[in-house]
Amino acid sequence: MTNGSILNSKIFRISLICAFFLILGIFPKSAFSQESTSESKEKKFDAKETILEHISDSHSWPFALPFVEEKHIPLPVILYTDKGLDIFSSGHLLPEGTVYSSGKNSYKLEGNKIKVVDASGKIDEEAGKKVMDFSITRNVISMFMGITILLIVFLSISSAYKKRQGKAPKGLQSWIEPLIVFVRDDIAIPNMGHKYTRFMPLLLTVFFFILLNNLMGMVPFFPGGYNLTGNIAVTAVLSVIIFFVVNLNGNKYYWKHIFVPNPWWLFIIMIPVEVVGIFSKPIALMIRLFANITAGHILILSLISLIFILNTIWVSPVSVVFVVFMDAIELLVAFLQAYIFTLLSALFIGMAIEEHH
Amino acid sequence: MTGMIGTLVQAVGMHGNIGALSAGLAAIGAGIGIGQIGGKAVEAIARQPEAISKIQTNMIIAAALVEGVALFAVVVAAFLSN
Repeated sequence: MTNGSILNSKIFRISLICAFFLILGIFPKSAFSQESTSESKEKKFDAKETILEHISDSHSWPFALPFVEEKHIPLPVILYTDKGLDIFSSGHLLPEGTVYSSGKNSYKLEGNKIKVVDASGKIDEEAGKKVMDFSITRNVISMFMGITILLIVFLSISSAYKKRQGKAPKGLQSWIEPLIVFVRDDIAIPNMGHKYTRFMPLLLTVFFFILLNNLMGMVPFFPGGYNLTGNIAVTAVLSVIIFFVVNLNGNKYYWKHIFVPNPWWLFIIMIPVEVVGIFSKPIALMIRLFANITAGHILILSLISLIFILNTIWVSPVSVVFVVFMDAIELLVAFLQAYIFTLLSALFIGMAIEEHH
Repeated sequence: MTGMIGTLVQAVGMHGNIGALSAGLAAIGAGIGIGQIGGKAVEAIARQPEAISKIQTNMIIAAALVEGVALFAVVVAAFLSN
């Protein structure tokens, strides 16, 4: 600040980093761009279909490098039918519409779902109801990758804490410790009081699971680029877990508050309202996380597909600048949604275990 | 006023896409709500600048909750649109 050359070099370094990232952004998320160049002769670019394909689950992992045609790695299909277990690679089903007969049933891929067909290729609905789909799809593999990363990080931190008891944290420990202390001091203790230690593992797991999967969804290359927390089934499971924890730990003041309203003559409207409230609070958690993350992904994909819809390269500076700005907002949203989910879970659990004054 | 809104919804429903209209209404709701939160937060910071970090935290939490409600409407609009 006093010396002119220090100021110049700091601004110079920052602008160099910005220019580097902007130049990286000129190659749009590569799995996406190959789609249109390989089909630009036959099919017009359908933005809605491409965006939905990137957001939803599928039975193959798309594998793309710049300037190379996109390949799909087929993933295993595991079906539990009433005739036994059926395991095969989804490569047998891949050009969509191919009928594959295992020993027990014949299957066909329609959209992203596997349907049971009879010999002529017509879809058999009642047989389809007896088949349960346990396949390893893209979301399952991405969840395994996220879990592996979480396990590696947290097991190494916990062993480091045991070895370095009483000493200052070092390395990965000192990176994660502020987040753990933040969850404890700003989320758990204000909402749950002195009984917070029982629920800290749950809150930490929920917080870091959601945060890691949100962040990995924003990274465009392997091992990121999947949309896990934007899948309503995943957020539904998280909120069902919170629902069971809250209601199984509710003490009698919690249930009294729901079923015995304060002026007793209000019970005719307060009891239905409170009972609906037991269910609507986890449902709100589920939809809030799902909609925020999915909306963010759709927005970024739409801004990049603007280049392909308008079919000129001169739109790309505008589009890339918007996408960088939206990515910064999405970073904030990733952290914020993890924080809000954990905060509201801590609030609900705190309301359930609260002692009477 | 209500007659105008009724005619608009009917016209869109018959000829257009009512999902798009509902998403637009949800955006209006979110804009008004979060605008109010932001405005009051900024006023509070102007009154007491040393409380800026607490005010900011609470503003972000309230904005995320209001945005959640708007996103319920967006999800329903996505179901309605064809």
